Amino acid sequence: MSGPVSILSRGDYLIASIQGDLSDAEVVEFRDDVAERLGSHDARGVVVEVAALDVIDSFVARALRSIAVTARLRGAETVIAGIQPEVAIAMVHFKLDLAPLRTALDLDDALELLQRSLYARANE
Amino acid sequence: MSEKVRVSIESDGDLIKARAAARELALQLGFSRTDATLIATAVSEVGRNIVVHVGKGELTMRSLHESSRYGLEVVAEDRGVGIRDIQAALDEGYAGRGGLGLGLPGARRLMDEFHLESDADRGTKVAMTKWRVRDELERLRARRRLRS
Amino acid sequence: MSSRSSSAEDVESRVDDSLLRELVSLLRDRRTELREEWVHRITDADLLNVMTPEEIFGEVTAVYDNYVDVLETGSVETLRAYARDLSERIIPRGVETDEVLGIVLLLRDVLARALFVHYVRDGELLNSIFNAYEPAANRIAVTVSVSFVEERERVIREQQEAIRELSTPVLQVRNQLLILPIIGVLDAERARQLTEQLLGAIQSSRAKVVVIDITGVGTIDQAVANHIFQAVEAAQLMGASAIITGLSAKIAQTIVELGVDLSMLTTAGDLQGGLEEAERILGLGATDAP
Repeated sequence: MSGPVSILSRGDYLIASIQGDLSDAEVVEFRDDVAERLGSHDARGVVVEVAALDVIDSFVARALRSIAVTARLRGAETVIAGIQPEVAIAMVHFKLDLAPLRTALDLDDALELLQRSLYARANE
Repeated sequence: MSEKVRVSIESDGDLIKARAAARELALQLGFSRTDATLIATAVSEVGRNIVVHVGKGELTMRSLHESSRYGLEVVAEDRGVGIRDIQAALDEGYAGRGGLGLGLPGARRLMDEFHLESDADRGTKVAMTKWRVRDELERLRARRRLRS
Repeated sequence: MSSRSSSAEDVESRVDDSLLRELVSLLRDRRTELREEWVHRITDADLLNVMTPEEIFGEVTAVYDNYVDVLETGSVETLRAYARDLSERIIPRGVETDEVLGIVLLLRDVLARALFVHYVRDGELLNSIFNAYEPAANRIAVTVSVSFVEERERVIREQQEAIRELSTPVLQVRNQLLILPIIGVLDAERARQLTEQLLGAIQSSRAKVVVIDITGVGTIDQAVANHIFQAVEAAQLMGASAIITGLSAKIAQTIVELGVDLSMLTTAGDLQGGLEEAERILGLGATDAP
């Protein structure tokens, strides 16, 4: 795992944090590492934490979407957490749509969201 | 007092430098953090085009000073084979090679001015500028500094 | 400094230094009477009339002492600190720029005359005394005025900011719920401010639902509608859902005619309805919202 990232397991969930600006190659590696960990850990949800990113451009957005698709294929839900205000505004101006990805203010809210969502699913 | 920052683009790692340089120059010029982010995002997009489609090029960022406004101009140049269909490239929803699209429509939306020149002989040049208005107070202070 | 300095400038500056010390001690010795004369001049010129005699006395004492201190040390830092402090005190009292410059110049004159009267019999010495005094006194006048004006500008800026914030208040109604009533014209600049304030508020109050009331918005055209959508989308990227209220039938019509898809917006008729919808969403667990 190169670059300022970390991927940790926390019970049923994976917490994948981006802790600094990444090169495109590092973004791709991050995406692939998350996919691999999802497979090996049988996680039911993944939080991708992006509070340290000053810029989210089309490449990063695509990688995030890719993580979510892969996660879904492995039966896990994805929540993107910690998009900063300026970054949110830039993404909207750019028309970088993250839908239907779910987003949360921070890690805590993201975990809560996953919890609720998985609970609701279990009780359907 | 024109600041100019040049970033040579040869690998995707250079984009990190380019984004940071753009942000910093924007903040120095007094752009809001939001606008600095918009500019850095646009820089990332046009910079990536160079990396992905040509492999080598240059980003030049320059501050512009006018009496009622400040601007940050970004010029992305390469000596590649040019964009074959400029119209399509500027079109929303154009996917292009690898389904990536050129991010140009997005970059254009983020900036105030946007020019694109491209042909097979000279390569591609994207010039884009973002402006910020200088308010009354700021202009008064600048005049005073010049006189003292 | 070498004891055998031979340059004319060094000699002159040593003379200046000792003259400066001499005139400073003179001005300190005669502090009481000169200060009083200065106060007379101030009141004759009808300056500082927003202040009471006691206040004026308090301020002129501080100014006099500082003035003479700066003449002695030549330290601009001390002067600036003093000027800023003075400005911070008197600006809220409503003192104007011309008054501040006026009183500083009057003090310069009072002291200059005192020096003149004291040294008038020795023409050459008088000349030297003024060579020492004038540049220092003028620098004081310029520095105080500039500091005062800068302080004024800072205060004006702050007031402008406060007004702006008042005109686009983001209100925290209760835990996790914000209301943003938009009133008046929504141009690009205001929309930007508004969005930034909204997102900042979402972050600091950890809001999950935002009710945006547009009852008070002037005209809704394509641009305004876009600004609102962008604010909503940005809020969503930060994990908050938005409910638009105050959408009259007429406005809804306009928006539909603009070709904008209203289905992605959650709307409610009026603010009350919006709050109820917000409560419902929060009760469910905010982000299960449609």
